[in-house]
Amino acid sequence: MAAILAAGVIKRVPVFDEFTAGAADGLRTCVRILPSLVALLTAVAMLRASGALELLTAAAAPLAQKLGFPPEVVPLALLRPVSGSGSLAMLENVYATYGADTLIGRVASVLQSSTETTFYTIAVYYGAVGVKRTRHTLAAAASGDLCGIVLSALAVRLLMGG
Amino acid sequence: MLNGLWAGILLASLLAGAATGRLDQVTNALLAGGGEAIELALTLGGAMCLWGGLMRVAEKGGLTALFARGMAPVMRLLFPGLDPSGPACRAILMNMAANLLGLGNAATPFGLKAMAELEKENPRPGTASNHMVVFVVLNTASIQLLPTTVATLRLRYGAASPFDILPAVWLTSLACAAVAVTTAKILGSASALPRRPAERGRSRRKRASGRSGGRAA
Repeated sequence: MAAILAAGVIKRVPVFDEFTAGAADGLRTCVRILPSLVALLTAVAMLRASGALELLTAAAAPLAQKLGFPPEVVPLALLRPVSGSGSLAMLENVYATYGADTLIGRVASVLQSSTETTFYTIAVYYGAVGVKRTRHTLAAAASGDLCGIVLSALAVRLLMGG
Repeated sequence: MLNGLWAGILLASLLAGAATGRLDQVTNALLAGGGEAIELALTLGGAMCLWGGLMRVAEKGGLTALFARGMAPVMRLLFPGLDPSGPACRAILMNMAANLLGLGNAATPFGLKAMAELEKENPRPGTASNHMVVFVVLNTASIQLLPTTVATLRLRYGAASPFDILPAVWLTSLACAAVAVTTAKILGSASALPRRPAERGRSRRKRASGRSGGRAA
């Protein structure tokens, strides 16, 4: 940040004027993504309240076990792509229940760190520019997320000895 | 795609809520979701203004152009055909830098600026271009060098050395980003946009490859 300002001052950029012009742009973007945010956060709030994640967890647990993925981390894996704050709360829950230095705690940490809130990102980024047809975005993003689930368990076992 | 997903999530929530007897909570969440979004927009709004302003100063000061020149080879690989010193590439680079440093609040404003620039160069406005897909996927797979939030939480819950997960995080996030970008590239070239009538031959091929791809999945 200091470098940015220093370079601006040295080049005699009217830093205050440029800053406010950029800030106005930022604010406009913010207003533009608001509708997508409302739609998305409402859906996520409903999903979390409905208990659908618990049902899915029960269904996915046997599959996870086959992949060598601790079933205790499945709820986190399901929540991670849809809610950033929700998955962080769930991560805390995992630490409190199973400990931060256990296999379960470590897999949860790696999963949380190496994936993103996929659906939020897709909705907000495309929503901001009004792109309706996202083509293969979801498929490609989902392949990355699946890879994260498989690899987080594998990497912890390989690099940290479980 | 997003339309179906959104409707699906809402319907699934209502059905699951009915099945588990938690319909009350679901309706409450429905009413609260909008308020949450406004709150998030307000927090995000401050960051957007700050980083939007700083980026403009950096641009006028010539800093982003300098950075863009250094990163040109990477950009040519990821976004072939996109001007490596153009405004879209510069915004993409700032977004990637913010992501690497774990500055999530800064990454979003840069990312949205990049999307706006990519849409300007989009041959079919309203439909995602291949560049957009690769860029969005880079963000959903987010390569993070220092997961500070997770490390802070681990420390609080008594981890002996909270950063001992770093090698595993790097391996996983790099591999995931590579997988996601490769998938995006493959699907992107498989569904070459059937635009002009002259390209009808290609669009037929695309449909055929789409079918075989579906079977493989």
